[in-house]
Amino acid sequence: MKSERPILDRVPPRQQGDWDIRGALNFMLGGAGAGLLAAVACATPLGLDLPIMELLGLALVGAGLFCVWLKIGRPWRALHVFRRPSTSWMSREAWLAPVVFACGAAAILTQAALFFYVAGLLGLVYAYAQGRILKANIGIPAWRRWSCVVLIVATALAEGFGLLSIGAVLWPALTPFGYALAVAIALRYAAWRAYRADLRETGAPSGTLQVFDAFAFNFGLIGHGAALVLAVAGAYASQPLVAAAGGFLASLAGALFKYTLVCRAAFTQGFSLPRTPARGKGKSGVGAQPGWQAGRGS
Amino acid sequence: MSKRYAMAIDLRRCVGCQTCTAACKSANATPPGVQWRRVLDLETGEFPDVRRTFMPVACMHCANPPCMHVCPTTATKQREDGLVTIDYDICIGCANCVMACPYDARSIERKPRYSYGTPMKSEEARFDEGKLGVATKCTFCKERIDEAERTGKVPGVDPEVTPACVNSCISGAMHFGDVNDETSHISQLLSDTEHFRMHEELGTDPSVFYIWDGGEA
Ligand code: SF4
Ligand code: SF4
Repeated sequence: MKSERPILDRVPPRQQGDWDIRGALNFMLGGAGAGLLAAVACATPLGLDLPIMELLGLALVGAGLFCVWLKIGRPWRALHVFRRPSTSWMSREAWLAPVVFACGAAAILTQAALFFYVAGLLGLVYAYAQGRILKANIGIPAWRRWSCVVLIVATALAEGFGLLSIGAVLWPALTPFGYALAVAIALRYAAWRAYRADLRETGAPSGTLQVFDAFAFNFGLIGHGAALVLAVAGAYASQPLVAAAGGFLASLAGALFKYTLVCRAAFTQGFSLPRTPARGKGKSGVGAQPGWQAGRGS
Repeated sequence: MSKRYAMAIDLRRCVGCQTCTAACKSANATPPGVQWRRVLDLETGEFPDVRRTFMPVACMHCANPPCMHVCPTTATKQREDGLVTIDYDICIGCANCVMACPYDARSIERKPRYSYGTPMKSEEARFDEGKLGVATKCTFCKERIDEAERTGKVPGVDPEVTPACVNSCISGAMHFGDVNDETSHISQLLSDTEHFRMHEELGTDPSVFYIWDGGEA
C-alpha cells in the first residue's frame, strides 16, 4: 500500500507541508493590510478623506487572521493563542491585532489624525511581528534570518503604497503617492537582493535557492521594474490609472512573493552527518549534508 | 543539580533494522505516516570509497527548544528533567512548532488514519481523539520516566522505566540516562567516546548524542 506521505526519505530538506495557502494568506493579506495602514498614515497630513482605505487595511489584517483560524487543527481553542507573549511572536501578533483594530476603528469613527498615525505605526509593528514569526522558525532556513524580516517589512510597505496608489482611481489626489510607491518598490528590491545574497552567503537548501532563482526574473522585471516605471510615470503625468497599475503590480508581486516564501521556498533543515562512524578497524570518514548548498561564507 | 535525560546513539553499532521505529509505533500507537522515531539511511563518499550510515532520529529534547519558544499557547513545555512535552488539551495545532523544529520531529494529523482504510480492532482500541489536530512527537516515553520517579528505578538501567526504542535496540546502539549525573552509564560513555549532536550550530542544545569513535565499540 502506498503511503500518502512518504517519510523514510526525509534526509534532505523537504518542502514544508503544514502551512498551506491559508497560512500564507495571513502574511499576504495581513502584511498588505498592515502596510496600507502605514501608507494611509503617510497620506493623513494631506487631509484626504481616507477612512475607506483605513477600513480596507483593517479588513485585510482581519481576513489574514481568519485564514489562519481556518488552518489551525483546533479552531475552537483559538483563544489559547494569547498565552505566551513572553517568547512567541505568534502570541504577540495575536495581542497586537485587537490594538490595531481598536486604533483603526477609532481613526475611522473620529477622523482624528492622531489615530491614523498610531494605527499606521502599529501597522508597521504588525508587519515586523510577522517577520519575527518567520525568523523564530529556525527549522526553515529561508526564514530564520534578519534579512527575511527586513524583506517582510519592506514588502508590506510596497504593498501598502501599492494599494494606496490603486485608491488613486477613486481619489485622484492620491496620484502623487506614486512617488512614495516608487521609493517603497526600490526599498523592497534592495531588501530582496540583500536577502538572496544572505542565502547564498550563509547557505540554504538547494530547493530554496532553485525556487527563488525561478521566481527572481519576473519578480524583478514586473514586480519592481515595470511597477516602478508605472508608479513614477503616473505620478509625474498625474495619471491615476497609470499609478494604480503600478500599485497593482507592486501589490500582486508582494503577494506572490509571500506565497512563494511560505509555501514553495520553505524547505526544512534536513539532516546532516558531520562524519561517518569508525566501524571495526576502519576510520571515520567525511560526512555529508544532502540537499544543501553550502554558503560562500561557510 | 536537576536531572537532564539524554540519549546516546552509537552509530558504529546501528545496523538500520528499524526495530526502534517499530517499538516506538507499538508503544505510542502512532498512525500510518507518522513516525516519532525513524532511522535515516545515508550514503556518503564516492565510488569506490562509499559508506552507508544509519542514524536514528526523533525529538532531540533540546535544552533550548525553539518549538517551545514559538508555541503561542504554552502547550509545549520543558520539564525540570529536560523532557520537552506537549499538552494535547491546550495545543491549537497552529504548526508553528513544526516550522521551528530543525529536526523534523513533529507531526500534526487532522483526521483519523488507519493502515487499511477501516480501523483494525487494535487501532480502534488505541485510537485517541485527543491527538487529532494537535502537534505530537517523541516523548522520551515520559510515562516511564514518571514511573521511575515513583518507584526509584533508574531510566537507562531498568527497562521498565527506559524508553521503548532503547529497550528494543538489537545491537545495543542506544543508551539513555541522566547526563547531569557523572556516575551514570551515559555520562561515562560520553566521556569515553567521540560524539556530535545534530545541527549544534543552531543553538538548540539537543539531548541526543551520536557516537562515532572512541571507547569500546
Ligand atoms: S527536536 Fe524539535 S520538537 Fe524536539 S525539542 Fe528540539 S525543537 Fe522541539
Ligand atoms: S501546534 Fe500546538 S504545540 Fe505546536 S506551536 Fe501550535 S499550539 Fe504549540
